[in-house]
Amino acid sequence: METIYFDNNATTKVAEEVLEEIKPLFCDLYGNPSSMHTFGGQIGRRISRAREQAAALLGCDPSEIVFTGCGTESDNTAIKGALAAVPNKRKVITTRVEHPAVLTVCRELENRGYRVLELGVNRQGRLDLAELEEQIDDDTALVTIMYANNETGMVFPIERIAELARSKGSVFHTDAVQAVGKIPLNLARSDIDLLSLSGHKLHAPKGVGILYVRKGTRLSPFMLGGHQEAGRRAGTENVPGIVGLGKACELAAANLEEENSKVKILRDKLENALLEKCPDCRLNGDTEDRLPNTCNVSFEYIEGEAILLMLDKYGICASSGSACTSGSLEPSHVLRAMGVPFTAAHGSIRFSLSRYSTEEEVDYTIEKMPAIVNQLRELSPFVAK
Amino acid sequence: MWEYTDKVRDHFFNPHNVGEVEDPDGVGEVGSLACGDALKLTFKLDENGRIMDAKFKTFGCASAIATSSVLTEMIKGLTLDEAVKVTNKDIAECLGGLPEQKMHCSVMGREALEAAVENYRSGGKKKHQIEGEVVCTCFGVTNKEIERVIRENDLTTVDEVTNYCKAGGGCGGCQGAIEKMIETIQGDKAKAEPVSVPRRAGRLTNIQKMQLIQQTINEQVRPALRAHGGNIELIDIEGNKVIVAFRGMCAQCQLAEHTMKEVVEVKLREFVSEELFVEEHADSTDQSHEHIKE
Repeated sequence: METIYFDNNATTKVAEEVLEEIKPLFCDLYGNPSSMHTFGGQIGRRISRAREQAAALLGCDPSEIVFTGCGTESDNTAIKGALAAVPNKRKVITTRVEHPAVLTVCRELENRGYRVLELGVNRQGRLDLAELEEQIDDDTALVTIMYANNETGMVFPIERIAELARSKGSVFHTDAVQAVGKIPLNLARSDIDLLSLSGHKLHAPKGVGILYVRKGTRLSPFMLGGHQEAGRRAGTENVPGIVGLGKACELAAANLEEENSKVKILRDKLENALLEKCPDCRLNGDTEDRLPNTCNVSFEYIEGEAILLMLDKYGICASSGSACTSGSLEPSHVLRAMGVPFTAAHGSIRFSLSRYSTEEEVDYTIEKMPAIVNQLRELSPFVAK
Repeated sequence: MWEYTDKVRDHFFNPHNVGEVEDPDGVGEVGSLACGDALKLTFKLDENGRIMDAKFKTFGCASAIATSSVLTEMIKGLTLDEAVKVTNKDIAECLGGLPEQKMHCSVMGREALEAAVENYRSGGKKKHQIEGEVVCTCFGVTNKEIERVIRENDLTTVDEVTNYCKAGGGCGGCQGAIEKMIETIQGDKAKAEPVSVPRRAGRLTNIQKMQLIQQTINEQVRPALRAHGGNIELIDIEGNKVIVAFRGMCAQCQLAEHTMKEVVEVKLREFVSEELFVEEHADSTDQSHEHIKE
């Protein structure tokens, strides 16, 4: 059975070109870039190259790129590091729909005496910018708001938000893990101070991330130790990860157009067909201001884990915001914040495509899904007969 | 991904006895959409008072569906006296076991069966009623139900209780109460490590006392408030006076003002010092917020 991978917001396939690039770095070119000998020193040039590739994708200076261990580390470093640099300000603004890598960190800050404001979203998952503007005050050290939501794909007006934060003198961080490679960025012309991204969402290997730090942004380092990454992130560099991420960034820049055309067309085909062929289902989020690859649909009266297992039987990989799949007993905090009723939150399925997705895969899923939904509804006590 | 046994997978992919028995003798409905799983069980008796036919309709995950399916198979041919003796353990064992976090599915099966028998015995009038006092408000679980899963499954930790009946798995505000129930029922068997971290110390320095107050608010009070859209901020400590501000929902609800203040006071006295008292900071109600709409 072939695997149909529609869970690219969870993780992605490593691009073949990336794999080729990093292969020699394990057994042949395994030196430490900090070493004085040529054998190690030559690796430093590969890291510089990766830094340039990443900077090109983000539209910033290579010196503003800090390689980290993952997206979560980038978020932790950004939030804790920015706050440590302005100890006199005690307020943090974020949203209720952030990824746990941001939300958990912010909630922990409350235990340390910070005032944390979580902005709500409306039914489509959009923020109220007037509320944000009103809330940013002199005491606000940091505003941290995601670029695009991992569950619904909804994109926030980050440039405008960054501008607001800047005009009020607060540092602005964005978790752009889902946005990079899908939304064109030009950080040199933006007011974003700190931006997190993750390699494995971008067809690079797991275990590497980036924190963009705008020149002049005060940031206390999170990981202490050696002088790597100009003292901003200690620890011997994950050379294969970094080089792979560099290559992945180069590919992402080249494929940005395709992500917004080919991938979007496939996603729209899948989404429209599901909404048309399956009765009592609804789109979570909106068709505008959304990532081109993500589709989040709720199927009423049935439960997400059961749907995923049925899809799994056909080799189709997706994910769900149901309680049963999260390991907790509550359904997705994102859908709940959007006011999606329990009936729909438990039955939500996210399909997230990539440039490797094909029309055949989409067609196959469209063919299988209505029968799965019907079969589970046959079992449901909430479907009136 | 959950590790399901082949039998669970089989009953999920090919469920037995789906639907509703025509003209049923007993009907049991438990769970709800909000909780994430629900089961409607119907059965018909033969002339000897044995279950002749049983069918189910289930909203829920794979293990909820498999549990319902296997349950209908298990009870066919049983008298009602025999049927009510079926425990959640029996159901789980019949499936070759369930993942720990999914044990509540087997409990839901047993509850539905009991509700259906109760419904028959009351002449079809009685709908399933919740007995006892609600301990876990997030999932509506009563002390009787918690007590029962503790006894029947020999549970000794709060996590286990959550896995078996969901109680304590929402805001966590009732975990202390569940812990006490385990201690009462299981005595020495209860695991030594308590959920509640801080314990009242003897003499405290001012710094220690302040830290313990902050810790108690962080760990004992805030999680429960958060779950209901509220929050609390420690503003100041003057001697034994602890000044706090309630944010979000708590600040707006008129009634809550008294009760919340009392809850905080009880916790602080339990964990820090009997002499503490709580006052609410004047600007508490100025904070704008959104009510959580359920």
